[in-house]
Amino acid sequence: MKVEIKVGLKEGITDPEGLNIKKSLKLLGFDDVQNVEVKRSYVIEISGKDEKKIREDIDMMCKKLLINPVIHDYEVEMIK
Amino acid sequence: MPFGSIWGDSMDRSEIKVCVLRIEGTNNEDEMYYAFKRLGASPELVHLKDLKDIFDYNCLMIPGGFSAGDYVRAGAIFASRIRAKIANDLHRFIDEGWPVGGICNGFQVLVELGVLPGFKRMDYPDACLFLNNSARFECRPTLLKHENKGKCVFTRNIPKGEIMLVPSAHGEGKLLLPREKEQEYFDRLFENDQVVFRYVDKEGEYAGYPWNPNGSAHNIAGICNEAGNVFGMMPHPERAYFDKNKNGISGMNVFESVLKYIEEK
Repeated sequence: MKVEIKVGLKEGITDPEGLNIKKSLKLLGFDDVQNVEVKRSYVIEISGKDEKKIREDIDMMCKKLLINPVIHDYEVEMIK
Repeated sequence: MPFGSIWGDSMDRSEIKVCVLRIEGTNNEDEMYYAFKRLGASPELVHLKDLKDIFDYNCLMIPGGFSAGDYVRAGAIFASRIRAKIANDLHRFIDEGWPVGGICNGFQVLVELGVLPGFKRMDYPDACLFLNNSARFECRPTLLKHENKGKCVFTRNIPKGEIMLVPSAHGEGKLLLPREKEQEYFDRLFENDQVVFRYVDKEGEYAGYPWNPNGSAHNIAGICNEAGNVFGMMPHPERAYFDKNKNGISGMNVFESVLKYIEEK
């Protein structure tokens, strides 16, 4: 099974990278751009079929490596 | 001393073994090695894969650089590999009062490990060294004011209030604490004497960018844990080993302080 994890910043954390991208897009003439959020996506291929167990493992992977809980939120999507 | 001696007598400088821990992408280990070597200690460059027992050493140092390419987050992969290999030993090493230091990327590793600020034992981070406000790598000399009243074993040799010129070179150095506990955590850092270095301008005042290269709250550049034996800072004292200020203080004093602590431990 493939699982996609999207890691983004928690609400209220200023994103200097997103602000910089927004500024550059505006300089390129995209005046309608209101906001840019940068997210990082991990697609993880994992063996086994027990979705509950896979979900638990994914949460542990996030906690142990993929996110820093001080700044990050994450979403998980199971891709068959 | 806060943690009684296990040798009885003080330790000879040349017997002090310092583990300068490296993995792929660390790149300041040589400067750190020579800082300890010049002071008469016995440092060793040790790849994490080759580390047998942390208790073979009297001090653990994590150098700067871009460990594991800074993939995922700066310091995150190095931290997870340390956790996988020596997590319990590392906590015991710290509990027994042995010094652990991290410079630049090493500071990021210690924060990702959860041992700084170290308010409680945890296996995930309780702080973050986040992208600089400028969203770019900031590389230049920075002025640091030593703020510690004597708790940090890495700076006891430096008088409080001393200002030093130490190079900074990082893209992620802004100290962030959990939003819901931010005020409480900053209060604790100051009350516990855990704030070690703060960025200042040439008048010695806490100033904004570019004096503070990353936007860290309260201009914090370096902190220690509650016991004072785990220490991390973003700027590089090992690159300012010879650059004495008018009072004769340089980056050297950081390494001298910790060696003196170990000698007396």
